[in-house]
Amino acid sequence: MKPTEEFQQTDAATPQRDDRHSMLALLRAGRENMLAQQREQWDARPQFSRLVTSDDVDVTHGPILYLEDVSVSFDGFKALNKLSLTIDAGELRCVIGPNGAGKTTMMDVITGKTRPTSGRAFFGQTIDLTKLSEPQIAHAGIGRKFQKPTVFERHTAFENLELAMKTDKRARRSLTAKLSSSELERIEHCLETVALSAQRDKLAGLLSHGQKQWLEIAMLLMQEPKLLMLDEPVAGMTDEETARTAELLKGLAGKHSVIVVEHDMEFVSSIARQVTVLHEGSVLAEGTMDKIKNNERVIEVYLGR
Amino acid sequence: MITQRLLTTRAWGVVIAVALLLIVLLPAANVFLPVDHSLHISTYAIALLGKIMCYMIVALAMDLIWGYTGILSLGHGLFFALGGYAMGMHLMRMIGREGQYQSDLPDFMVFLDWKEYPWYWSFTEHFWYAALLVVLVPGALAFVFGFFAFRSRIKGVYFSIITQALTFAAMLLFFRNDMGFGGNNGFTDFKRVLGYRIAEPATRATLFAITAMVLLGAFLLCRYLVTSKFGRVLTAIRDAESRVMFSGYNPLWYKLGVWTFSAVLCGIAGALYVPQVGIINPSEMSPANSIEIAIWTAVGGRGTLIGAIVGAGLVNGLKSWFTVAFPEYWLYALGALFIVVTLYLPNGIVGLVRKRARPAAATPAAAAAQGGNA
Repeated sequence: MKPTEEFQQTDAATPQRDDRHSMLALLRAGRENMLAQQREQWDARPQFSRLVTSDDVDVTHGPILYLEDVSVSFDGFKALNKLSLTIDAGELRCVIGPNGAGKTTMMDVITGKTRPTSGRAFFGQTIDLTKLSEPQIAHAGIGRKFQKPTVFERHTAFENLELAMKTDKRARRSLTAKLSSSELERIEHCLETVALSAQRDKLAGLLSHGQKQWLEIAMLLMQEPKLLMLDEPVAGMTDEETARTAELLKGLAGKHSVIVVEHDMEFVSSIARQVTVLHEGSVLAEGTMDKIKNNERVIEVYLGR
Repeated sequence: MITQRLLTTRAWGVVIAVALLLIVLLPAANVFLPVDHSLHISTYAIALLGKIMCYMIVALAMDLIWGYTGILSLGHGLFFALGGYAMGMHLMRMIGREGQYQSDLPDFMVFLDWKEYPWYWSFTEHFWYAALLVVLVPGALAFVFGFFAFRSRIKGVYFSIITQALTFAAMLLFFRNDMGFGGNNGFTDFKRVLGYRIAEPATRATLFAITAMVLLGAFLLCRYLVTSKFGRVLTAIRDAESRVMFSGYNPLWYKLGVWTFSAVLCGIAGALYVPQVGIINPSEMSPANSIEIAIWTAVGGRGTLIGAIVGAGLVNGLKSWFTVAFPEYWLYALGALFIVVTLYLPNGIVGLVRKRARPAAATPAAAAAQGGNA
């Protein structure tokens, strides 16, 4: 492997990393230094400015999400092994990998469901995800769609969106909460976006599988997240539904950063610009779909050809 | 539905009619009609119905926490008993020197050879203070217990078992004579409340009317809660808690809020129960009592409010008939009822009635219900 190759070959996937890639190691050390300095600068900022920006994700440096050397072990099994990944603001990134590669664990770490054993996870420059709870992370602007569509089955489609909508979500506010006309409009608009206007007053539990997936995506949109994470959004969808979902996701990129975890390679090819391949808890390769398809190691472990 | 109405016009009609009957007509028929009049309501019936209305308030509280939020409490009898004990303390002091020993102290304290009231009986001679305790003691206990339980994300059967253990522990504690709450006899032999003789039919009828008013208030308040966004979040927590969290809600405060409110409602019901039934003792905290509360709610239909009221009324009506007719078989009947309801009526009596009323509309709702209960 030459370091000049366009996709990034990471250390973990290469057994004898110490005697090779000294250049890469140097670069990494330099980058880590830089990040540490940046972090110190942020930490040294006066407290009031942190308060002012606490609602905003600082993406001045480009990336919206940093995962650095994140490891998670469950009883000795390393679900994630020094995973490093950055996502740029406005990017649409697909993450693929065989079963057990750590895709779901990665999302659990980002959304606060699982704490990393070691490593850092930052949202923008300032928000340390490893220190926040699930609702706090949701408030910070990360939305997650589960593999199995998870909607509120005993609420109507409309009520699902009402509950998801970005607003003051404290319990005492909810006692007297009333929808304003602009909020009402937003919900109707969102229903239209995912073609569920006709199902507005139907219980979500009675929607078709594809409709539930869309409803869940609509719920995420109502949260106005900066980063959207979708776990197999087209699983169980018909071809037509898949195509519409691809359109929908492509329309979101730019306004939001989107991470899609997917098995369906055709779907990935149709939407992805950048693809990350996970294997055994770390990044195996990263690059455009064409590069990935022709990468020997990826073919070996994932495509199985 | 954008703004869900509190009740439909027809439902308002029913509620007002029933409220009029319970608050005005029945007490009046007991007090003002002569005993041999055909419309006279016996004092026994007033006492029984008054007691059942207290249970209905408890069932409402149970429906909020179990039916709407999906948290099965098997310790609600504890909050009921605590409210009852708080009111009982005041009633004990109102006995004055009319007790067996003609002492300033309640009989059981004389029996223990105590010379004065323990510190925690201070101020209980004031009605307002006792009323405050009725709300604060169950509320505070529920808040503290709930905070730690919900923060540790204890749920499902584990939560139920812990609440069961809690009420059992409290029962053992209250059985002890040196607790200063009358040991296994509890409090009884009350003489007067707010200056009125407790045995007077007029006092009893007034207590009955007050209980009916509290029941009406509790129903409307619960109805407001479940039709508000707060209520929709509770149901969402029941059906998909992780989605609620990832939507940016902290379920802790929602659960804690409804849990504490539910406990306070039980406390108030207990306080109304004690002067009408005339006794409060630790057996109210027995695990079986708390389980019975859950059965009332399940029989009537969870997550409907009205089902809780119907269930509490029906099961307790059956119980009072059974315990006279075949006293030894009541527990078997209760168990059989619970099994039948669980197997054949997952949505209780209200679910059955609704299914009969509109068969087409109810089928998908039942399907969704099963999905939600899985």
